[in-house]
Amino acid sequence: MSILFKGRLQGAQISHIGTGQRIVMFFVSHVRQALGSLGELWRSRISSMMTIGVLGLSITLPSTLYVLVKNAENISSGWQQASEISLFLAPNSSQGDINQLLKRIQLWPEIDKIHFIPADQALEEFKQLSGFGDALAYLSTNPLPNVVLVTPTERHAGPTAARLLLEKLRKEREVEIGKLDIEWLERLHAIISVAQELVSVIALLLFLAVVLIIGNTIRLNILNKKDEILVMKLVGATDSFIQRPFLYTGFWYGLLGGLLAWFAVVLLLWWMSSSVAAVSALYQKNFNLTGIDASTLLLMLSLSVILGLSGSLLSVKRYVSEIEPK
Amino acid sequence: MIKFEQVSKTYAGGQQALRKVDFQIEPGEMAFLTGHSGAGKSTILKLISIMERPTVGRVLINGHDLNVIGRKDIAYIRRDIGMIFQSHQLLMDKTVYDNVALPLVIEGYSHKETTKRVHSALEMVGLRDKIRNIPITLSGGEQQRVGIARAIVNKPPLLLADEPTGNLDPKLSLEIIQLFENFNQAGVSVFIATHDLGLIARMKYRTLTLKNGQMITDGLADDFQGQDTYV
Repeated sequence: MSILFKGRLQGAQISHIGTGQRIVMFFVSHVRQALGSLGELWRSRISSMMTIGVLGLSITLPSTLYVLVKNAENISSGWQQASEISLFLAPNSSQGDINQLLKRIQLWPEIDKIHFIPADQALEEFKQLSGFGDALAYLSTNPLPNVVLVTPTERHAGPTAARLLLEKLRKEREVEIGKLDIEWLERLHAIISVAQELVSVIALLLFLAVVLIIGNTIRLNILNKKDEILVMKLVGATDSFIQRPFLYTGFWYGLLGGLLAWFAVVLLLWWMSSSVAAVSALYQKNFNLTGIDASTLLLMLSLSVILGLSGSLLSVKRYVSEIEPK
Repeated sequence: MIKFEQVSKTYAGGQQALRKVDFQIEPGEMAFLTGHSGAGKSTILKLISIMERPTVGRVLINGHDLNVIGRKDIAYIRRDIGMIFQSHQLLMDKTVYDNVALPLVIEGYSHKETTKRVHSALEMVGLRDKIRNIPITLSGGEQQRVGIARAIVNKPPLLLADEPTGNLDPKLSLEIIQLFENFNQAGVSVFIATHDLGLIARMKYRTLTLKNGQMITDGLADDFQGQDTYV
């Protein structure tokens, strides 16, 4: 409706269209402007591709690190479940005592299974594996103790529960030393959490860079179109009408940059998968790299779109209102 | 239609462009504004289209005080005023159709309505056959007529023109002015700033003359003829 001239019909009112159709027209004009911005990007392919490339790579780095940290978590959680307690039995305990101990602890609810390795068998194995075979024959007595390997049930495999179980086992008369090797696991967890924080910091810095890059690109776009913006303002375009195509440009930059980053991460993981397979073969573990699933991809894309939009919003708010016909 | 009440304008830096200017243009009137370059013609047009604000005094359009119009509403004010510029202000990389359609696209007209109005506006200025051209391939007079078509395409009640015949030869100038006369006869108020005295002399329209920011004559071109007051 006109401000100056009451009763002067304008725009949508003049063609007598209903509210529903007006809403449709609103979306139609948005789609038109969105496609227009995409066409604009296509017309200046080279420079748009460079901007999208910078964005894509900036998002690739934190995404790759994120995927790697997630995989490291998976591995370490797998290890934690398999924690094992080694009990070294006192050398003076008789075979009868040992059998009684085994029978007793087998009944404990915390324990899943036990594996007894007699000292003789251990020596035999050691001879074969170490290559000291003949030298060991000179020993008058077997220096190795009897060992019981205890596997806790799943519920008691966590670091704290396993430690409690260890304390309980240590109290047994026949047990001389009990060992639960989870310190290295705890260290691994600490390292992973440091890595996680590092990823967050790197991601934050790179995301900030993305916002600034898009902001600057859009600023240059706005300044390039200064004449057009002036003419539009002269014939009565509102700031938001002028801003919209630039916001859509930011949106497209974000979306395309995010897709590029996804593509790059998939490529990187594929490239690394063979070397990861070689490493896991050395550890006799069957391990597959977890890639980017649908929800992570969605998160990645929406994040990059938000970054693109906020970068362009930053410039648009500042510069579009600054350009005024004089 | 347009009313200036004791309007003064001092630009930053102390240059006084207008001093206590008072005048009124009635609805449906066609009037010329003339004077030296630097006399304040452009300032008056800029105050009407809110490119500038008066330092003192009030500018009213159709009884509405422009001083109370906020920044956000300026765009809507400009939709009621068809503006024509000496430098045409066309988008040189868009077709004639796109240029003329711009105000309608901004106002959200449907595609069908837009096409209809652009065609009839170009018909009025006689450029129907140039609809797919790029402005750069047109002559100065044709570019000016594209600018006029854009100004009238949404049928504003008020037309403002700043030196519309500035770069044109007398014959083309007359054609342009005749276009304005046609619009005026259709009920549009027309206000034209020009220093083309020869052109004004051939018309019998009210002429406002500015000198050093003051209104020195206001009357029919008849009275004004031969006086050459502001030289």
